[in-house]
Amino acid sequence: MCLAVPARIVELHNSTATISVDGALREVDVSLIDEPRLGDHVLVHAGFAIHKWDQSEVEELQAIRTAMGLREAIT
Amino acid sequence: MRRDRILLAHGGGGSLTRELIEKLFLPSLENPLLKTLDDSAVLVMGGKRHAFTTDSYVVKPLIFPGGDIGKLAVCGTVNDLAVMGARPLWLSLSFILEEGLLLADLQEIVESIGATAREARVQIVTGDTKVVEHGKCEGLYINTAGLGDVVAPNWLGSANVKPGDVVVINGPIGEHGVAVMSQREGIAFQTNVVSDCAPLWPLVKAILDTGAEIHTMRDPTRGGVAAAVCDIARASNVGIRLREDALPIGREVRGACDLLGLDPLTIANEGKILVFCRATDTANVLAAMREHPLGKHSCVIGEVSEKPPGVALLRTTIGGERIIDMPTGEDLPRIC
Amino acid sequence: MKTLVQNIVELSQRVGRDVKLMEVCGTHTMAAFRSGLRQLLPDAVRLVSGPGCPVCVTDPSYLDAAIELCGRPDVIIATFGDLVRVPGTDTSLERERAAGANVRIVYSPSDALALARECPSKKVVFLGVGFETTAPTIAWTIWRAARDGVQNFSVLCAHKTMPRAMDTLLHDKELRIDGFLCPGHVSVITGAHIYRFICERYRIPCVVSGFEAWDILKSVEMLLRQLAEGRAEVENEYSRSVNEYGNGPAQRLMDEVFEPCDTMWRGIGIIPGSGLAIREKYARFDAAKTLGVEFPEAHINPLCACGSVLRGAASPLDCRLFGRPCSPAHPIGPCMVSGEGVCAAYYKYEGVAA
Repeated sequence: MCLAVPARIVELHNSTATISVDGALREVDVSLIDEPRLGDHVLVHAGFAIHKWDQSEVEELQAIRTAMGLREAIT
Repeated sequence: MRRDRILLAHGGGGSLTRELIEKLFLPSLENPLLKTLDDSAVLVMGGKRHAFTTDSYVVKPLIFPGGDIGKLAVCGTVNDLAVMGARPLWLSLSFILEEGLLLADLQEIVESIGATAREARVQIVTGDTKVVEHGKCEGLYINTAGLGDVVAPNWLGSANVKPGDVVVINGPIGEHGVAVMSQREGIAFQTNVVSDCAPLWPLVKAILDTGAEIHTMRDPTRGGVAAAVCDIARASNVGIRLREDALPIGREVRGACDLLGLDPLTIANEGKILVFCRATDTANVLAAMREHPLGKHSCVIGEVSEKPPGVALLRTTIGGERIIDMPTGEDLPRIC
Repeated sequence: MKTLVQNIVELSQRVGRDVKLMEVCGTHTMAAFRSGLRQLLPDAVRLVSGPGCPVCVTDPSYLDAAIELCGRPDVIIATFGDLVRVPGTDTSLERERAAGANVRIVYSPSDALALARECPSKKVVFLGVGFETTAPTIAWTIWRAARDGVQNFSVLCAHKTMPRAMDTLLHDKELRIDGFLCPGHVSVITGAHIYRFICERYRIPCVVSGFEAWDILKSVEMLLRQLAEGRAEVENEYSRSVNEYGNGPAQRLMDEVFEPCDTMWRGIGIIPGSGLAIREKYARFDAAKTLGVEFPEAHINPLCACGSVLRGAASPLDCRLFGRPCSPAHPIGPCMVSGEGVCAAYYKYEGVAA
C-alpha cells in the first residue's frame, strides 16, 4: 500500500538529504535510517528515507531489472 | 453525490473534459463541423479548405523551464492547425490581465510571443485586452484563435485511422508536464527537465512532402499520449496497441514520475506529434522526420488493428497487455 | 522471466488444484495489473486483492469529518493526493475544494508541517492515513512539531496496521485463502516476523514480496512451491529491502507517538487493536480532540460491493454498480477512486467488458 522509490543521496544536511531519482531531486528526511552517507542508496516513501541499501542489495535490484529488460534502477 | 460544479479535472483533457463537451456543450451547440471534435475545424471558403482553431492558456507558473505562457500560446495554437495539415498563417491574441501584474513581466511575455510567432512564421493580426481585479486571475490568461490553409491532400480527422496503420512519435514524452509540475507548490522537486514547447508545422510539412499516406496526426497535450490514443481509438473505432519497450521516455522524466507515482503516458507534451500513417509509408515518414531537428528521435511506438475496436492497449515489457485508460484529468501525487 | 513463468505453470500442476493467493497490498494489485502479469499466470492460480489499500478501508465517516473540517474558515486541510477524490456520504474533498474550501495536496507530512509554520493564523490539519509504512513518517512529524513547539498543526488519525486485519480475514471460513503475498514496504518497517503467526496458527504460507513484476512472479512461484511441498513458512522474496525485524528507529518512533486502538475497517467492521491512535502525551496534535471533531455515522450505498471486494470475497465485476455508474471519473466507492483500488485496476486495465 505504499509507493516507495529507490533513490541516491546526493547532498546531506542535518536531518534531511537531497535525493536523486534518475535526476529528479527532492529534499527528504533521513531521520528514520541509521548513519546516512553521501552516495548511499535509499528507499523513499512520502518524503522520508525508510531503508538504506548496501551494495549487494542495489546489485540485486539491477539484476532484476536487467532480467525484465528495463533500464538501470538507480543512477 | 452532488455533481453540480466544475472541477479542476474538467480542464485536464481527460474523461471529465470529454464528458463536459458531450453532455453540456454539444447539446446546445451541435453542428457537423463541431461534432468531429478535432484539434481544428476544417472550413471550406471560396472553394479552398481552411483550418480554424481556438485555445486558452492558463498555465502556472507563467514562466517555466523551457518557455513561458506566451510561447506556449503561439505553439499550442499553430500545432492545432498543423496536425490538421494546415499551414498556420494568422493568430488572434486576447489577454486577460490581473490588476497589479508587473509591466516588465507582461513585456517579457509579449516579446516571447513575438519571437515565437516569427519563428513559426505566423502573424498576430488582431487582439484584445481586458483587466480584472487583483486575485481574479493568476497574473494573466491568454486566449487565441488561429487560421491556416489546409495543404494536406486528405482529411486528417481522428476518425480516419485504419487497421494496419503504424503509430510514430517524434521524440520523448512527458517533458512539458514534468517541467511545469516541478514548479508547483506543495510538491516541489528539482529537475533539469525542460518543456518541449515548439512549433511543429515545419516538421508536419516535411512529413506531408514525402507524399506518404497520413491518416491522422495529433499533438498529445493535456492528458498526454494516453488521452490522445484513447480519443483516436474511439473516434476511428479501431484498436491501438502501443509497445511499452518502444516508448521514448527520458531518464529524468521517468525519475520524476517514479518519485510522484505518475504515469508518463498521461503527462502533457507541447512539442510532440503522433503520426498515424499507412504501414508501407513508415520508412519514408521516419526518414523525413529524423532529418528535422524536432524529429531526431522519431520512432515507431505501436500499431493499429481492427480489434478490440475503440480500445487503446499497452503491450508491457514482460509480455502482458493492459488497457490504456483515459486519464480522469488531474495529476495527483500519491503515496499508495 | 520465461523460466519463472514456466516454473509457475509446473508447480501449479504439481499442486493439482485451483489456488487463491491474496495480495494484501494495494500497491501489489496495481503493479500486477500495470505490468500485465496476471495474464501470464495459469488459470488455476488466482490472484485476489485484499484490504491493503488504506484509502479503500477508511470508513466514510472519516472522510465526512475531514470534509466538515475543511469547511471551517480557520482550517487548512493538508492531504496526500490519494484521498482527494474519495467520496464521503455526499461529497468529496475535491468537490469541496471546487466550492472554495482550503484543501492542499502534499507529497509528505513534513510539507504539511512546513505549511503550518508558514500560516500561523490557520490551523493545519493533516489527514493521517496509511499503514505501517506511512505511520512512522507521521509519527516523526508529530514528534518534530512537539519539539519545535508548533501550535497550529494537528493530525486527524486513521492509521491502521496489517497483522490483525489478516488474522480477521482468516477467521472467515468462506474466504479460503491458500497463500499470502505479504506487503513489501510495510515489512520494511515491521520486519518479516509479523507474519509468523499466520503460518503457525493457520498453516498458510506467506511470502514477503517486492513490487517489480519479477518480484511478484517470484513470490507466486515461492508460494506454489510451499504448497506443493506441504510447507507453511514465512519466506522473504524482498530480502533486498526487508529483514526479519525491520526498521528499529521507525518502530521506536511509532511507539513513542502512537498506541494501538480499535478501529473500523470499511467492509470488515471493527478490528480490535488494528489502529493507531495518538498517545495522550501528544494529545495537543490530535485533531479529533483539539478541534472537537465528530464522526457521524456515514451512509454507504447498499449496492456498493467495496466491502466484499476488500475482503477478497467478491470481484469488482460482481458489483452491480461496476462500470455503470461507478467509474474512475464518477466513483461511488473508494475501490474505484483509489490509485490502488482493485475496482479502478479492473476498470482501467481490463476494461468494463472484461
